[in-house]
Amino acid sequence: MLGAYFDFIRIRFLTMLAYRVNYYSGILIYTLNIGVNYFTWKAIYGNGESLGGFTGAQMTTYVAVSWMARAFYFNNLDREISTDIRDGSIAIQFIRPYNYVLVKMMQGLGEGLFRFMMLMIPGMVIAILLFPVQLPTEPSAWAGFLVMLFFSFLISSQINIITGLSAFFVENNEGMMRMKRVVVDLFSGLIVPITLFPDWLSSVLKVLPFQAITYLPGSVFTGRVQGVGIWNVLGIQVIWFLILLIPIVWLNHAARQRLFVQGG
Amino acid sequence: MYYLGLLIEYLKNYMKTRLTYRADFWVEVISDLLFQATNFIFILVIFMHTDSLGGWNQNEVVFVYGFFMVPFGVFSCFVNMWGFSERYIVKGEMDRVLTRPAHNLFQIFLENVDPPSLVGSFIGLVVMAISGSNLGLPFEWWTLPMLILLTLSAVAIYTGIYTTLTSLSFYSDAPTGILPLMYNIQTYGRYPVTIYNRAIQVLLTWIIPFAFVGIYPAALFLHRDEMRTMALLTPLVGVVFLSIGLMAWSFGVKRYKGAGS
Repeated sequence: MLGAYFDFIRIRFLTMLAYRVNYYSGILIYTLNIGVNYFTWKAIYGNGESLGGFTGAQMTTYVAVSWMARAFYFNNLDREISTDIRDGSIAIQFIRPYNYVLVKMMQGLGEGLFRFMMLMIPGMVIAILLFPVQLPTEPSAWAGFLVMLFFSFLISSQINIITGLSAFFVENNEGMMRMKRVVVDLFSGLIVPITLFPDWLSSVLKVLPFQAITYLPGSVFTGRVQGVGIWNVLGIQVIWFLILLIPIVWLNHAARQRLFVQGG
Repeated sequence: MYYLGLLIEYLKNYMKTRLTYRADFWVEVISDLLFQATNFIFILVIFMHTDSLGGWNQNEVVFVYGFFMVPFGVFSCFVNMWGFSERYIVKGEMDRVLTRPAHNLFQIFLENVDPPSLVGSFIGLVVMAISGSNLGLPFEWWTLPMLILLTLSAVAIYTGIYTTLTSLSFYSDAPTGILPLMYNIQTYGRYPVTIYNRAIQVLLTWIIPFAFVGIYPAALFLHRDEMRTMALLTPLVGVVFLSIGLMAWSFGVKRYKGAGS
């Protein structure tokens, strides 16, 4: 049974491979994003030494790592699910002998692995060549980062799945999907590290799951958080992963009662 | 005249479909504004930590952002190519469009009109008015006509770029992931381009000229004389890129053979 789920990873990976040309442009555009952010922050720093606990060099690394992490964890599961719901094909998927949500997660992982190899790693190499990115040298930081990156993927995909499944309840969730995208990019700390936000906002964000996607792993990797702090970060990620399972299980259950197919 | 009539008919149709999903209209307006708000928050957060960005103060950067919102709203309302490849190529709707008398690109624009986006333009005007009055900008006789001209030019630039990129989907059957990524890049055109290194400046000015939809034209109203020449070039860039887009499109359409059933 488990083998079937692994096949979903493999199949998605191979499907992505068929469309790999897209990813060459992806590398270029992600690099450009890092570049533009790098120069913007450079202008912001001016002669200043540090902002919100980030030195200029740490900010460069943070920007590069965050964008590259996004290259890995980003996927369109929300759109896929809501398309399945709207064109009614979800009805077939529900009666098949597998767990629909788990299958989506596996497909997302297949895509993630593809993006990791074809987009994140080459993009990272280019970013290191072009910008003064300082990556940690000790292996433990790298191991820790990879584990956290995996949790970033899990949490981001869980949020996508929740957004996608909401199409059961609001018919057209296009707006919700766009809102989610914006909220995740902003509140995860991709655009602005959370410590730079005004105090009231950053304290609100500390109790939301988004920081676990980009900000926390990025802080560890830039060396701002060390030692015991790393375990705290990992703990926060695990807790959010578990908490987000609850709405997914509930939505998945409620969806089965509510399923009505529009047209088709 | 014929095209104007079509536009009105499509808008009527749009209203009818929209009234069935009434709540959705507001969700869309709010999500649009939220998208703008992220960038806005970014500016506000930056200026909590610094006084100037490459020699531009907070009110100036906010003003540029206000201007940036105006053409972007108009563009998103009338030229919405999002999901073109999936809808028209993969599902074969392009065949239907091609059998009709009106110009195919125009029909595609009409079928995707999105009036809620205009709310963004309106907010942009309000933002410009507020930050402009904070800066004590004079309202000259040319302000309004220039605003209209530059807005239209910027819309032409957007249309040119996105039409070119969309016409790539006639050549490759893969869903192109370029468009969503481009959405990130375009917002960089609203920052003072002088902060970037030479390569990025050239890129944002001449290759994907997003600097002409934000900083350059806005600089004219801010009386930033160092960018005046660039600001006045905006209509020309608009014409050039719109022509490139239309050419790429018509080459693409000629190459189109229809897909599947």
